[in-house]
Order: sequence, then structure tokens, then C-alpha cells
Amino acid sequence: MKALHNFIENNIKPTFDEGGKLEKLYPAYDALYTFLFVPAHANHHGVHVRDGIDLKRTMVTVILALVPCLLFGIWNTGHQHFLALGQTAEFWDKVLFGALKVMPIVVVSYTVGLGVEFAMAVIKKSQVEEGFLVSGMLIPLCLPADIPLWMVAVATIFAVLIGKEVFGGTGMNVLNPALTARAFLFFAYPTYMSGDTVWHADEAFSGSVDAVTGATALGDAAAKMPVDQIGAKYDMMASFIGTIPGSVGETSVVACLIGAFILLLTGIGSWRIMASMVLGGYTMGLIFNFFAVNPLMQIDALHHLLIGGFAFGCVFMATDPVSAAQTNTGKYIYGFLCGFLGIMIRVFNPAYPEGIMLAILFMNVMAPMVDHYVVQANINRRLKRLNTVNA
Amino acid sequence: MSALAEKKKPFFGKKEKKLITDPFDDSNPITVQVLGICSALAITVQVKQAVVMSISVIFVMVFSSLIVSLLRNLIPTRVRIIVQLVVVATMVILVDQVLKAYVYDVSKQLSVFVGLIITNCIVMGRLEAFALGNKPFPAVIDAIGNGLGYGIILIIVAFVRELFGSGKLWGFQVVPQSFYDFGYVNNGLMILPPMALITVGIIIWIQRSRNTALIEEN
Repeated sequence: MKALHNFIENNIKPTFDEGGKLEKLYPAYDALYTFLFVPAHANHHGVHVRDGIDLKRTMVTVILALVPCLLFGIWNTGHQHFLALGQTAEFWDKVLFGALKVMPIVVVSYTVGLGVEFAMAVIKKSQVEEGFLVSGMLIPLCLPADIPLWMVAVATIFAVLIGKEVFGGTGMNVLNPALTARAFLFFAYPTYMSGDTVWHADEAFSGSVDAVTGATALGDAAAKMPVDQIGAKYDMMASFIGTIPGSVGETSVVACLIGAFILLLTGIGSWRIMASMVLGGYTMGLIFNFFAVNPLMQIDALHHLLIGGFAFGCVFMATDPVSAAQTNTGKYIYGFLCGFLGIMIRVFNPAYPEGIMLAILFMNVMAPMVDHYVVQANINRRLKRLNTVNA
Repeated sequence: MSALAEKKKPFFGKKEKKLITDPFDDSNPITVQVLGICSALAITVQVKQAVVMSISVIFVMVFSSLIVSLLRNLIPTRVRIIVQLVVVATMVILVDQVLKAYVYDVSKQLSVFVGLIITNCIVMGRLEAFALGNKPFPAVIDAIGNGLGYGIILIIVAFVRELFGSGKLWGFQVVPQSFYDFGYVNNGLMILPPMALITVGIIIWIQRSRNTALIEEN
């Protein structure tokens, strides 16, 4: 290790230092260097250390929490493929097929996203921040496995530039970058993102298999499939385990729960947001069950939480510490409205079957306002107390 | 004396040139003053519409500036807004009728937005700020400059949106069929108004990083 360090210090660093040949690319060098070694610079002022956690460790923990979703998504992609073809296949065949479909998306998302981050750091002469490590994993997981790779690249560029860098980079973004990428694709290339042809890898656009349709539970419900048929086709247990069609990482509630467990154990995800979001979604589901005039409204409130991207959005998207509400009371309100509006959009507008995405993006925008009113309410309460004491 | 001094001035001097060039960068009506955004978002799906709209706005601005500037000493201050409105409205009706007669299909697509030139803040803004206090010639120059500054942004936005949104320019297919055969797909988001807002935002971003004088102090 020491030899490597010496080699970098003596042979590589001068090229990037001031006056060196590649001086302009210093941020890129710096990012890779701090990835390998502890940064050499120390704080100038006093520090308040509670824990050795930093941005990089936070990000790695979230990626760890995402691994179950990724693995299950890879298997499920293969599973759905062979299921649609009516063939039986071995476990490893499914995994291999899924991996060949999913891993390129992951690679493209990381390469393009980090490329943009590095380029921006070079232009702005700032450090490369680790913010993209999680987004790069979230983007493939919230897309259908069959999405063309160039679309992933375009969406990633859009998400990093417009979703994040415009506002000043990691930690300053108003919107969740991964959801920005998904929303971009959803509106830009709707036929590749929704409808009943995209959810099984390969069939949809090759045209070789005609009779295969691959609607999701929500797609079927929006197409007015009677509720008992939906219940039979996507029963509770299948929706819970995740053996249903859908975006790569979103189908399995079990995998999301494992991720949630890791996030909550390490204190990185907010339990306030997750709990209140589930409550919000369940409440809205119950309200719709009460009226129940169309199949989407008749879906059991509990079932609503299991299908679509609810669990995934709830655990990984809504809890994004940058774009969520910051105050504790605000987190309850933010989470509740995410769930409440998510189910509402899902049911009221069948053209947008994945309402969770739009609800979370909407609440991302509203989060600063929620925080503002929570803080104001606190100030007012204390002022009142002060006034009564003085009077 | 003053009349003599004015005669010595060149017909098209530095001052007039500045009136034309300023609106392109330092005081662009859309990207710096953020006026006329409504039409910039609504009718920039195709380059053709944007060009027709820009010409219409320039026409309205030039002639209403000329008329208001000629009348500037006759208009009582208290009713000046109404007088300006009457002038602008007359011009807009003229434009509307001409468009209907000669380019009916574009006029159909522009729909209410031709009528809404009346409410375009750039027109009223320049009348209030410039034409009311200046002689006809500078007023016309100023109107042309601001109209062009408005038009150039409109056309840039429309260029981007039409190229990526429908693969066409001025209604002609420019993205070759072989691209589509490879799996290229038109970007549906470009057709939607939010993308116009984002495009204008990106133009402002680029403009400000080039021209740092525009960045406000915090």
C-alpha cells in the first residue's frame, strides 16, 4: 500500500498539481485519490465529532441496502421473461438472463452519471462529490429492464445536470435525481416506460413473440380489469415477494423491507417518513375502498401498498435526506402526503399508473414549505409562551 | 444651439447601435428581464410558429412605438395607459387579420397567442419606458432591438424543441430515417411546455456564466 502511495505521490500527483500538464483535471484526480486514501487535509476550525460517518459511508450503506432489490430484480427479470415465453428454466438461467439485461443499465447509469459529475467538477474547479453513488444505483432499479440503453444515458445526463448541478451539486438539489431521471423518461418516451408492452425483457420490441402481453398490476387495473381478476393474477403473496412484472427493483416488497431494515438500523433512513408514508397510502386506500366505484378504487388498501413502486419509493426515494423535509414534524407531514397523494394520483389518473413517483417529486418541491411552516409554528408557540410569562 | 448640435450627430450613431445590440445580451427581454415568458413557453414547439410570432411582435412593437412616440406630447399622463392599449390593440388586430389572410394554418396554430400580444409585457414595457419619452426614430430602433432580442430567444427555443421533439425543422424532416431504424425515438417531453421553461433556463444559465456582469450580488 505504501509503495502505491509513494508511486502516486511522486509520479502521478505532479501532473495534476498546479503547473502540471493535466492541472485542469485536478478534481478528477482528487476524487480517485480520496477514494483510495484518506484525504490529507485537516479541518481548520474546531470540529464536533459524534460519529465517524461521512458522505461516502452513508452512500455505501444505502447501496448495501439496495443490493437485495438489485439481486431480486435480476432474478425476476429472467423469471418474467421465461414465464412470458411459457418455458421453464433453471434458477441460474433466469439469473444469467436477468443479469445480462440489468447490469448494462447499471453500468451505463454509473459511467454517464459519474462522467457528468467529473466534467462539472472540472469546469467548476470543485471537488467531485459522492452524491451520484446512490443515484446511479437507484436509476436502473426504477426503470423497466427493457429500456434502451441510450435512453438511460440521456435521462442520467438530464437528472445530473438539471436535477442537481444547476442547483449547486450534491446536497443542494430540490428534486431527487433518480426520480428526475425516471420522470424524464416517463414523459419523454412514454411508450418505453408504461403501457403493457415494456415489462418483459426482449419480447416487446423484437416482435418475435406476438401473443405476449405484460401489463403490470396497475396497468391492468387502469384498463378496467375486474378487481377479482387482479386479485387472482397478482395475489397478495406474489406482490409481497415480488414475482410480478414491474420495474427492475420495485416489485419485491420483501427486498425493500430488508433494505429498510438496514437503513433504519444504521439510522440513515428516516423511520418517520417511512411510517407516515405507509400510513398515508393506507388511509387513502381505505377512503377509496369506501367509495369503490371502479377497479382501481376496489383494490384492497393493503394490496395498494404491495403493488407498483410504493414500497421502493417509500424506502429509498422519499427518504432521500436532501430532498425530504428536514424537521421531525415536517417529516411526518411530508411522508403522509407522499403516500396519500401517491395513491390518489394512481387511482384518479389511470394515464399515470405510477403515481408514487409524481407524488414524491411533488412533495420534494413542497418540502421546504412544510419545513418553513413547522419552524414558524415553533417560533410562534415559543413567542406566545414568552409573552404570557412576561405579562 | 441644441438644434445645431443634434444635426452634427450621425444618423445612426453609437447610441442607436446600443439600442439595437443591448437587448441581445445585457438587457434581453426574456432571459434578463423575464418578460414575455408566456408566449415563449406556449408557441415554441415549431420554428415556423416562433418566426411568425417574432415578426408579429416586432411589427406591433415598431408601429405602436412610432405612433406613441409621435403622440407623446399630446397624451395626457393620466390616461396614457389606455391610449397605449388602444394603439397596441389596433396593431394586434391588423396583424391578426393579415396572418388569417395569408398564413391561415400558422394563424390557427398560434390561436389566442396573437391576440395575447396585447398583454405581452415587452410591448407595454417599452412603450412606457422608452417610446413615451423619446423621439420617433430612437423609439423605433429600440422597438426593433427589443423585438429581435425577444425573437432570437423564441427561435433558439423552438429550434431545440422542434429538432428533438419531432425531428423536424420548419416542418421538414431533418433526423434521417436511419436513426429511427437504429432505435432513436423523438423526445415527447420536448413537446410539453415544461421543456420550454427548462430550455429558457439553460439559455439563462449559459448566458450568465458567459456574462458575469448579469449575476446579482447576494
